[in-house]
Amino acid sequence: MATLKYLLEKEIKQFMRNAFLPKMVIAYPLMVMLVMPLVTTMDVRNIKMSIVDNDHSSTSQELINKIGASNYFILETLPESYPAALTQVEFGEADVIMEIPKDFEQNIVSGSATEIQISANAVNGSKGSLGSSYLGTIINDFNTELHKKSATAAPAMLQLLVQNRCNQFLDYRIYMIPALMVVLLILLCGLLPALNIVQEKEKGTMEQMNVTPISKTTFILAKLIPYWVMGFIVLTLCFVIAWGVYGLVPQGSFITIYAAAALFILIMSGFGLIISNYSATLQQALFVVFFFIMVFMLMSGLFTPTRSMPTWAAWVSAFIPPRYFIEIMRNVYLKGSDFADMYAKFLALGGFALVVNCVAVLSYKKRV
Amino acid sequence: MKRETVIKVDNLTKRFGSFTAVDSISFEVGRGEIFGFLGANGAGKTTAMRILCGLSIPTSGNATVAGFDIATQSEQVKRNIGYMSQKFSLYDDLNVWENIRLFAGIYGMEARDIATKTDVLLQKLNFESERNTLIKALPLGWKQKLAFSVAIFHNPKIVFLDEPTGGVDPATRRQFWEMIYEAAESGITIFVTTHYMDEAEYCNRVSIMVDGHIAALDSPNNLKQQFEVDTMNEVFQHLVSNAKRGE
Repeated sequence: MATLKYLLEKEIKQFMRNAFLPKMVIAYPLMVMLVMPLVTTMDVRNIKMSIVDNDHSSTSQELINKIGASNYFILETLPESYPAALTQVEFGEADVIMEIPKDFEQNIVSGSATEIQISANAVNGSKGSLGSSYLGTIINDFNTELHKKSATAAPAMLQLLVQNRCNQFLDYRIYMIPALMVVLLILLCGLLPALNIVQEKEKGTMEQMNVTPISKTTFILAKLIPYWVMGFIVLTLCFVIAWGVYGLVPQGSFITIYAAAALFILIMSGFGLIISNYSATLQQALFVVFFFIMVFMLMSGLFTPTRSMPTWAAWVSAFIPPRYFIEIMRNVYLKGSDFADMYAKFLALGGFALVVNCVAVLSYKKRV
Repeated sequence: MKRETVIKVDNLTKRFGSFTAVDSISFEVGRGEIFGFLGANGAGKTTAMRILCGLSIPTSGNATVAGFDIATQSEQVKRNIGYMSQKFSLYDDLNVWENIRLFAGIYGMEARDIATKTDVLLQKLNFESERNTLIKALPLGWKQKLAFSVAIFHNPKIVFLDEPTGGVDPATRRQFWEMIYEAAESGITIFVTTHYMDEAEYCNRVSIMVDGHIAALDSPNNLKQQFEVDTMNEVFQHLVSNAKRGE
């Protein structure tokens, strides 16, 4: 174990002397934390509206203004007829068509029923369905206002009061930021150790190491520890950005997150080391790592909930370590969960860390 | 004078699938000897050397290096040898003293001993001014001299050199061989492969591998007499001309 000191010294010096890596470790989190939360939003905005107004009354105009005033819609044009509006959809100039019938105002004043037709372009499914549901909300709102204005007794209305717990305003960013931190750790702590060892193989220094009496465990530890420390630095940087830029602080304790991160980084680095042990070239290692990173990203519940996946996929996701860490991160950040609430997830992470790193040591062969 | 045996190889064989790279070779090397391990490209010398260094597991046969069985005690073998590979093997993004410190540390030397011994070495090599120079900034000849010095820094019983002078200019090669002689005099056994026949003349004994076998093994003088030629080059040409394995 005394040799570990010399090996760590070597790894750290090599890392710091690299013209690119230390900068990347700072630039990656900045980029991911400052840009990605804005672009990975699932909110649908800027829906292009096409409104066919067959009534041309002050009431219909009022409704049109109300829609135009919302953030979600862009009022593109007011075509003459429904077929003209459909043509706009075909040319991609409109996402949602609303047709206001003739005698709209008159029907409202007389108190008889009137219908507004909404047609949505569902090529982009979520945009179409969210667009029409937003529109429905606005029209309902408008309806209520109308009733208030006219002195007529408002019809008995059932008020549905939805209260969103944990993320009151359904802000997608609050949901995504903790998960993006996980993505960063997967990328940095999984990829770099893999590349590091394969690079030693390609340069021939690996053989020089294999001909020395270094124990396998010492060698693997010397490769793991620097990335472990780096992971903590990156994570801390992310916390600072989340707080400084988005005002986001965990409801729970940082200690819970750091404890989970300690295990998670070990898993990712160990995983990178296993791949490098089996790869002869940089190309091969990169290709395999990227394959797994894609699986990790798409199957861990990062973007889509694991519960909505087919049963077999949900099972597979149980064997994907990032899933547990993402859940822990979100629970701590949004719900304020603590260790006791999530001991099963911690247990899973601990198990993975043990297995992955044992395999890393065993698959490292000093002799062939 | 009978030398103490430090390498003993007995019917050592290595097969890769149906290809027999090393075919039942046997020989012994004595302490302090400079043993030249010659052969054409593909004759199996690097494979044999890798087995002796504990980098490769033999298919059959036995060998002991520094008194330890290479099959079962490869880590003890590694404690007692130095190795300088064909591929340049110091870390080129570490500087001169950092490389020395790293490898000495790996072999378990004390930090204080490393520091004093490094000073002595750099002084001897006239290298003090390059103490803090990154390896990648050094010319090849200097790198090779340094790599050799690092390989024997921890006082191994045996040092394995795999084509240590490839691509090095004649003057530096000469200096390199002076270093080899000095190491041999201090009791380190030298096991060296080379393609330069003038270097073969410098060895105490030479083995020439052809197609996985050892075709000849004796001192350069005896070999020349045996084949009735004047130079090791002619001995080599004579033996290798019968080889079946192409380049």
